[in-house]
Amino acid sequence: MRWEGMGEERRRSPPFRTNLDWHEVLIQQTINGVTRGAVFALIALGYTMVYGIIGLINFAHGDVFMLGLFISLSYFTLLGMAGPLHGWQLVTVLPLVFLLTMLTTGVINVTIDRVAYRPLRHAFRLAPLITAIGVSFMLENLALIWKGPAPLAYPDVFPSVDILREWVGVDSLLFITTKDLLVLGTTIPLMIALQYFVTRTTWGKAMRATAHDKETALAMGIDVEKTIILTFFIGGALAGAAGLIQGLYYNIGMWWMGYQAGLRAFTAAVLGGIGSMPGAALGGLVIGFLSAWSDQYISARWTNALVFSILILVLIFRPQGLLGERVPDKA
Amino acid sequence: MRRWGWVGILWGAVLAVVATIPVVATIPMDATAQQCPKGKLRIYTSWPMQGAMIPEGTGMKNGVDLAVSEAGGAVAGYCLEIINLDDASPQTGKWDGAVEAENANKAVGDPLAILYIGTYNSGAAKVSIPITNRAHMAQITPANTYPGLTKKQGAAPGEPEIYRPLGFVNYFRPIPADDIQGAVGAKWAKRLGVKKVFILNDQELYGKGIADVFEATAKKIGLAVVANEGIDWKQPDQKPVLTKVRASGADLVYLGGVIETGAQVIIRQMKEVGLVAPRVRFMGPDGLLEEELLKGATCEVAMATEMRVTFAGLPFEKMKGVGAKTYEEYKKRFGKEPTSYALYAAEGGRVAMDAIKRAAPALDRAKDITEKREALRKAIATTKNFDGINGKWSFDANGDVDYDTMSGFKVVKADTPIGCKFQFEAILE
Repeated sequence: MRWEGMGEERRRSPPFRTNLDWHEVLIQQTINGVTRGAVFALIALGYTMVYGIIGLINFAHGDVFMLGLFISLSYFTLLGMAGPLHGWQLVTVLPLVFLLTMLTTGVINVTIDRVAYRPLRHAFRLAPLITAIGVSFMLENLALIWKGPAPLAYPDVFPSVDILREWVGVDSLLFITTKDLLVLGTTIPLMIALQYFVTRTTWGKAMRATAHDKETALAMGIDVEKTIILTFFIGGALAGAAGLIQGLYYNIGMWWMGYQAGLRAFTAAVLGGIGSMPGAALGGLVIGFLSAWSDQYISARWTNALVFSILILVLIFRPQGLLGERVPDKA
Repeated sequence: MRRWGWVGILWGAVLAVVATIPVVATIPMDATAQQCPKGKLRIYTSWPMQGAMIPEGTGMKNGVDLAVSEAGGAVAGYCLEIINLDDASPQTGKWDGAVEAENANKAVGDPLAILYIGTYNSGAAKVSIPITNRAHMAQITPANTYPGLTKKQGAAPGEPEIYRPLGFVNYFRPIPADDIQGAVGAKWAKRLGVKKVFILNDQELYGKGIADVFEATAKKIGLAVVANEGIDWKQPDQKPVLTKVRASGADLVYLGGVIETGAQVIIRQMKEVGLVAPRVRFMGPDGLLEEELLKGATCEVAMATEMRVTFAGLPFEKMKGVGAKTYEEYKKRFGKEPTSYALYAAEGGRVAMDAIKRAAPALDRAKDITEKREALRKAIATTKNFDGINGKWSFDANGDVDYDTMSGFKVVKADTPIGCKFQFEAILE
């Protein structure tokens, strides 16, 4: 190997500008923050819905998200998809796997409720909380036995295309890929659909009523247990979708990742105002932005500290969260 | 017998004589009295010899056997006996601190034991070094590479003094420690034409230690270092950090990390933010030299970033002189390829043989076993210009080798199931 030679080094001038301008950095990090935050938001919705209905912080929720990633991978394998999907597969296989994964994790979440939480519905408030932590450990270990301790390589099922350069033809230094679009193109419709369901349908009305006052809802003829089942199902399905999106986007899964993601999402739910669905979505995005900007402008090792400091500040000055309403009997 | 007659008896006699020949031939190996007038000394070895560790454990045992048999089983009038101990727990099959402590105590309690060769796991060495230190007994490892066992560089607070209760160095390693990789990596980066490097580390002992040394060396040799940033490796989304790398205009990403802390995630996401050659290349230490990493990072990205990794020492096939000879001898004698650390075990054994020879007068004068051990410890510590498998080297004041020969590997396209592999590229010093 030859290395030395000043002349050779001088000739190696870069063929393009490498440094990003400050505004390009800001835009790029904001894009990173949106995609990161969208996944948090999707998980946070499940936390906030369950809390709204039965007042339980479902610590197993993050692990349902993790299972969503593992299960979706199994569906892709089952359908024989190990490489990038093409053309028609994108509009058939991908939605099918989304549907199957969401159904499966929805059912899992309902099962968790039936087995672990329902018998404790009228118990002391800490009992279901501790049970939730126990369920979380069980799911983690289940995944550990199932897939082993090594990080799981999630195949490149969703093709990554550099949109600006390959589709638009602009030689920009910014990077927006089809994967970024995938995240936004799935999370936003899901959130809108959820909002529509909760505010415009009879079942949604039942959910809101149950969240507001369980006893009165029961007296009004609302089947509270069925509403709870529905809530767990939707929450689980959203977590499953988030798991699938995470797999497609980052191409990696770890059996312990539910805990970490759950903690961030829970923070997002509290930041937005626990019990409030727009709040969970907003909280997720805010944490996404903050952590991406912190990685850039402060240092990655301080990001967690920063996120939780802001959470503490919000809780001190606005205990109900950003969009939450003050509900004294719930807090 | 009757049917065989005289011819049969004659044949029987011949066979009997032939059968005794090997027995007679082994007698000189087994230390006859005139070969060791000064008596017997014992060498203890300790590393896992169970389950998945059987091949490596046997390889290291072979290495020590090779060194002792080269000396004819006796040095300077002392016969040598090797006692192989297993420091794995039968319940878990992995090294166990309690078992290792028991082994070390067994060795220091033996009035004939003069040397302890081990361990395989750096964690086990943390347990046994203080025990052998208190007994003035030298300990040589064929495999520990955790820097903190011998030096401050890349160590936790209090290391390495906590392993030396009597204050002197009794632990020696004829194998370069992990942190050297950081230094060698920086020099390699410079030779590859790198101008500005962005260092990432996983904030763990191994990764941060190597990253810190890389940073120090890079600054010394005139490479611009943008930052040495600790990352939150539990976060699967590293794009913001990588965007920061991109914004800095660095042309190399050096990652102090291992596969268990998600190195593959970072490498894979480099492409997602446009960090590919020729704009940016990637380099890391031998914790990344795993096929599993290529699977996770994908061959496409590993090749697009011109991924390179450093590796302590040389691959056996590239060794010259003593190393090449030892490699051939090992294969001839044991009929198989040496395992990763087998030849370093042989090197450790040879260092001991050489030191016993030099310490002979002091050994003869010694009144008890502690004085004998002390004499050998001092002799090993003063090993100078030793003709080893990676070239000539000496022990420094910490008990480390002073050579920094490493090899550099690059990911290239290959006809393997995953589509690429690590290929030897250069010898680094």
